[in-house]
Amino acid sequence: MKKFKYLLLRRATQLLLLVLYFGANAYGWHILEGTFGSSVLFGVIPLADPYTTLQVLATGFVLGTDVLLGAAIITLFYFVVGGRAFCSWVCPINMVTDLANWLRRRLKLDKEEVNYRFLKRSARYWIMVLGLIVSAVVGVAAFEVLSPITIMQRGIIFGFGAGIAVVVAIFLFDLFGVKNGWCGHLCPLGATYSLIGQKSLIRVKHDHEACTNCMECKIVCPENQVLWMVNKESVSVTDGECTNCGRCIDVCGDNALEFSIRSFATRKQSKGVKNETNG
Amino acid sequence: MAKNSDNNRRKFMATTLQSVGLTALGGLLWSGYSDEAKASPLVLRPPAALPEDDFLKACIKCGLCAEACRNRDSNKDRDGNPRPSTLQMAKGGEHKLIGTPFFVPTDVPCYMCDDIPCVPVCPSGALDEASVTNEKGELDINMARMGLAVVHKESCVAFWGLQCDACYRACPLLDEAITLEYHKNERTGKHAFLLPVVHSDVCTGCGLCEKACVTEEPAIFVLPVEYATGKAGTHYVKGWDTQDQNRLKDAKEIHTVTERSEKEAADYLNMEVEY
Amino acid sequence: MALNRREFLKSAAAASAASAVGIAVPSNLEAAASDAQKDWRWDKAACRFCGTGCGIMLATKNGKIVAVKGDPAAPVNRGLNCIKGYFNAKIMYGADRLKTPLLRMNDKGEFDKHGKFRPVSWKRAFDEMEKHAKRALKESGPEGVAVFASGQYTVMEGYAAQKMMKGGFRSNAIDPNARHCMASAVVGFYQTFGVDEPSGCYDDIEITDTIVTWGSNMAEMHPILWSRVSDRKLSNPDKVKIVNIQTYTHRTCDIGDINIIFSPQTDLAIWNYIAHEIVYNHPEAIDWDFVKENIVFTAGPVNIGYGMRRAGEKSLKDGKYTAKEMEIIKKEMSKKVSAKEAPALKPYGYKEGDVMKNTPGTLKHWMISFEEYKKSLEPFTLDYVAKIAKGDPNESIDSFKKKLKALADLYIEKDRKVVSFWTMGMNQHTRGTWVNTLSYNVHFLLNKQALPGNGAFSLTGQPSACGTAREVGTFAHRLPADMMVKNPKHRAITEKKWQIPAGTLNPVGNQHIMKIHRDIEDGVVKFAWVNVCNPYQDSASASHWIKAAREMDNFIVTSDGYPGISAKVSDLVLPSAMIYEKWGAYGNAERRTQHWRQQVLPVGDAMSDTWQWVEFSKRFTVKDLWGPYTLRNGKKLPDVRKDAKKLGYNDDTTMYEILFANDRAKKYKIDLNKFPQKGFDNSECLGDSRNVVGSDGKVFKGYGFMIHEYLFEEYAWFGRGHGHDLAPFEVYHKVRGLKWPVVDGKETQWRFNVKYDPYAAKAAKAAGSKSTHAFYGPLAKKLPHGDLKGVKDKKKTSLKNKAKIFARPYMDPPEMPDANYDTWLCTGRVLEHWHSGTMTMRVPELFRAVPEALCYMNPKDAKEKGVKRGELVWVESRRGKVKARVETRGRNRPPQGLVFVPWFDEKVFINKVCLDATCPMSKQTDYKKCAVKIYKA
Repeated sequence: MKKFKYLLLRRATQLLLLVLYFGANAYGWHILEGTFGSSVLFGVIPLADPYTTLQVLATGFVLGTDVLLGAAIITLFYFVVGGRAFCSWVCPINMVTDLANWLRRRLKLDKEEVNYRFLKRSARYWIMVLGLIVSAVVGVAAFEVLSPITIMQRGIIFGFGAGIAVVVAIFLFDLFGVKNGWCGHLCPLGATYSLIGQKSLIRVKHDHEACTNCMECKIVCPENQVLWMVNKESVSVTDGECTNCGRCIDVCGDNALEFSIRSFATRKQSKGVKNETNG
Repeated sequence: MAKNSDNNRRKFMATTLQSVGLTALGGLLWSGYSDEAKASPLVLRPPAALPEDDFLKACIKCGLCAEACRNRDSNKDRDGNPRPSTLQMAKGGEHKLIGTPFFVPTDVPCYMCDDIPCVPVCPSGALDEASVTNEKGELDINMARMGLAVVHKESCVAFWGLQCDACYRACPLLDEAITLEYHKNERTGKHAFLLPVVHSDVCTGCGLCEKACVTEEPAIFVLPVEYATGKAGTHYVKGWDTQDQNRLKDAKEIHTVTERSEKEAADYLNMEVEY
Repeated sequence: MALNRREFLKSAAAASAASAVGIAVPSNLEAAASDAQKDWRWDKAACRFCGTGCGIMLATKNGKIVAVKGDPAAPVNRGLNCIKGYFNAKIMYGADRLKTPLLRMNDKGEFDKHGKFRPVSWKRAFDEMEKHAKRALKESGPEGVAVFASGQYTVMEGYAAQKMMKGGFRSNAIDPNARHCMASAVVGFYQTFGVDEPSGCYDDIEITDTIVTWGSNMAEMHPILWSRVSDRKLSNPDKVKIVNIQTYTHRTCDIGDINIIFSPQTDLAIWNYIAHEIVYNHPEAIDWDFVKENIVFTAGPVNIGYGMRRAGEKSLKDGKYTAKEMEIIKKEMSKKVSAKEAPALKPYGYKEGDVMKNTPGTLKHWMISFEEYKKSLEPFTLDYVAKIAKGDPNESIDSFKKKLKALADLYIEKDRKVVSFWTMGMNQHTRGTWVNTLSYNVHFLLNKQALPGNGAFSLTGQPSACGTAREVGTFAHRLPADMMVKNPKHRAITEKKWQIPAGTLNPVGNQHIMKIHRDIEDGVVKFAWVNVCNPYQDSASASHWIKAAREMDNFIVTSDGYPGISAKVSDLVLPSAMIYEKWGAYGNAERRTQHWRQQVLPVGDAMSDTWQWVEFSKRFTVKDLWGPYTLRNGKKLPDVRKDAKKLGYNDDTTMYEILFANDRAKKYKIDLNKFPQKGFDNSECLGDSRNVVGSDGKVFKGYGFMIHEYLFEEYAWFGRGHGHDLAPFEVYHKVRGLKWPVVDGKETQWRFNVKYDPYAAKAAKAAGSKSTHAFYGPLAKKLPHGDLKGVKDKKKTSLKNKAKIFARPYMDPPEMPDANYDTWLCTGRVLEHWHSGTMTMRVPELFRAVPEALCYMNPKDAKEKGVKRGELVWVESRRGKVKARVETRGRNRPPQGLVFVPWFDEKVFINKVCLDATCPMSKQTDYKKCAVKIYKA
């Protein structure tokens, strides 16, 4: 069971949130209402997605304070719990892409992640910026027009429509196309949370002493570039692209990976070390 | 070594160029798609929605309005469960911007709740509470302009002389938004036409009339206000209506060009005359 | 000729538009039109719905009705319809039409009161009916077999049912839903004129200067007539005045010059105020020549109760009524005179606080002097009436007084023609008969009755409330053509015509529709058959009757086109042919009789109610029915079997042979080569291509004679020569209806008027009178004398050719709002739905337009009670409660203190809340007022 501790916790969190959102519409619960774009917690506390908020601002519309406050709260929250914790603990698309990824492994569709020339992991940052530009040009929050995240979530809350095709497309893309294609390469929301996560507090820490170099963690990690330190040194994973999914901790047989609070001292040290290595 | 770095530089240049090109292409496609996706001219929005262009900018697609609509006390069925709500969230493939709230009167019209539960919950300001708040600071649904009802006279059976007026009786602003106009029916010689007439200054576009209309396809239907109205120019003001000059506040400086006047006077005069 | 769809539509539309306005269609276009419609057949019929009686044309194609149009030749509507009429083509093809008999059965296939409905054959259905009817007869006598009849019966169906019930079963327990609808108008007519039905006609609308509606939402309930009223107003807006008098604002108020909102029941006071104004302040307005020649003054007892159950009745003793219900029901026996009514009752010898002991309702009355009548009006001053009658607490008393005065002035104005219209507001009233007679008082004093453009006119609700329920006489107390079961001469005439033994007919006709319900609850009626109505939805105190039907030892049968509440509480459900699936005739509110032919075959195995009655009659013989009986009141019905033998019958002769398939009937031949039979189906007489397996288990091949014509002609015989003359059967198939009496082929517009009514002319001539009028109605035309308090001189005087003005006070209804139940409840209808909605709720467009019944409430009341528009509230009375959605903005705008809930919606079963108090004289239920409380559900 230990092998699935965080996986199960994450699925439980994701499903619980969906149930709460669903219940808000279906049964009038006042726990968590709205969608990830903008929600209300306990009928009072506003929450808003930072990237969605940026897009609306980019259109030139002067947003209501509720949304701005909500976006600030969310930003602060993920600053604490790890920027992309949203991706692995909240986002429903994570379940879809994880499934695609798992199937890929099961079907042995690839052994290695292929390096596509124009589909680097950095593409998402470009898309993030592009989304804001398009929002400004067209006058509509551009990513929201095709965001599989809210399409899927609204589908669950209000019923599915033709828009669900986007979710299916992403599943197929991740399964038969690029490994971790959506979450790892394209999603501008993930990119935003990556930026927030640059400085976030809760981080995975690697214990080089305990590591037996089995590389299980790298196999399951959807952003395995962040685990560069495995088998190298004892530092925290500080890369914002780490989703804090804890899957690496689950699969590690050696207790070499664990969540910890980012230590600024360590960070400095690791940074120094990293620079040295590179240099 | 130099050649290598030259190669690298060229490769870098090419990659950069390709990246920029692809980004531009993606941006164009994305813009095109987004523009297309938001092009949903005949959609009816919740009360107090900003003008469509602003609404599309502002709506954060959270669905709080639709949830408030569904879960209001006045939407319970006999067993206490919510009925299908007026406000639906666009699901894609319906020619409405995905994730935005709208309503279709023939499915469920807006019942014009006095407390307008859908508006105050809007976090982004896409639904503008001020536009449905009266001088006393109370919410007033009569101020909403979701659309405007339009009567198609040829298919409206009241214009045939039949006694219908289902729309009139269904109107929450009966005798204000829809009134009856009485005319003699010269053909029968002893009956009157009771014709529904919509008043655009009162009609909120709730769509209860459209829902109630008994013709196979409704002969009265709600269109977004800008599609159901024309606009008289500000260069002419009704001489018999002192209020009418209020329209002048939008008046622009008058400057006219027609095909006849597009040439400068001298250019025109200098042209050869055919004879 | 190749016409594409577009061209087809264009040419068809052009031809029908052209024929509607009577312009010539270009012949090539006409050819195209008739070609496109070559397999359509157009034929005339009457609209299925209200009492207005609009004419329509139906198109049939391949045995189905495909379209309807207003009949441009019909004088009532000239080609127009309301939206119910607009959907006549769609009412018969609902997805859940009843197609086969359904019986509650257990798994062994036996009848089981608690079983599920399962399809059975017609034979099995009639076997069960026969068994249970015979058992009911054995256990309770003729009073144990009852029929819920209808004002929507065709003339022939009503006549067949009435003949079998009264002539066969010797039971007078047949009473129509029309009892709920215009019984008060009927008793009003009988008391005032001595004969039923209005003196005027719709032509009054075009002639009059003033239209006053009393408790009538004509705009919704009689839309086509309302469009005529609207047209009249348009034609001379300054001169023509419209006054509406009702308890809440509704659509008829739209074009009212004066709209008066009165407190429920005080219409009694308002009528008396107008009379007071005439007699005390404008005596010059009284046309004494007319009054002396034509009118007598009369009075009757006032302590007549409220038509509720009386002490000692079985179900009361058995404790079937709760203590709360008894708070009201006990007033049937005695009541305390209230401060509100005391001034009005003073001339009758009562003062505030007196205990009034109530006797059962009686029609008794006696002549009084004009001075006595004048005394009865004395209390009805403007101050008193305004004080008790003002219905809107937010209106100032001065404004209200001004309106009352203006109303009286319009009536009184010399040479101003006035028509008073009323519907359910005045009829569904615990003093319905009184308020009806009060209306004639005013018109008589001013000589504004039975004249073109002048008169008080009761608008009937149902399509054949007049034509069938009243004229055929499917009431407990009536026989055809204004004859009464209680009158031995009338019984003798009927027995002779029906060729049944003298003494067969039962003289006790007291089982009116509420009494039938109560008799089922008391366990007396054990077999009841529902025809063309929905008594379990449309009767007040509904829970009692449903409980009695479901839980007691009885057998309830419902014949209907669609399943409704009545079918649901029944033990057997029979599929009935609907209106255009049978030959038929209706009579509208202006005495216009209209016939139609069978347009299409019925759906499934459905058969007409006429057929069902005739088949049922085959199951009963002379020995089954015509033995001796003792009625509940001790009266004995003689054994007439011996006399039957003298008429040539034997013990085993069936009622079918005696009542329906006799020699007279067989003279009406089937002739398919002759008008009007040529080219039309006739399922009863010929059977039809469906080959329905009939009541004997064999394919039904028809009676072989023209039973519709026989039934109509035999019925018409009763009225001919008695002021109720109908034209021959065939004539009605050529014309767009005729207003009876039809004398020398001519219809009658204004009865009792010597100039227009041949019978009035004849009566005046016979009496040597020079009067302009002769009120020749024969009922109660010999009266004793007395004063307001009672009879003083028992010697009876004849008042031949005279009509009556009645002294009748204001009295409180039995239930009024109090601290616990603080709101008046008024129920009624909406334009979009017909009665209990069995037909119109199945028309998608009408369902969509008005899917549920709302509780219309004043916004201030809603605020005070903490409920919002659209929220569900409980509407609760002492009898029950229902949930309804609040509407504060809609078409009906009640004053504070009153709510209005329509009754068409079985999910908002408002009749569970209503009180079954009736006018004690007419036995018509008061659905317009009871006390409720409203609170959030």
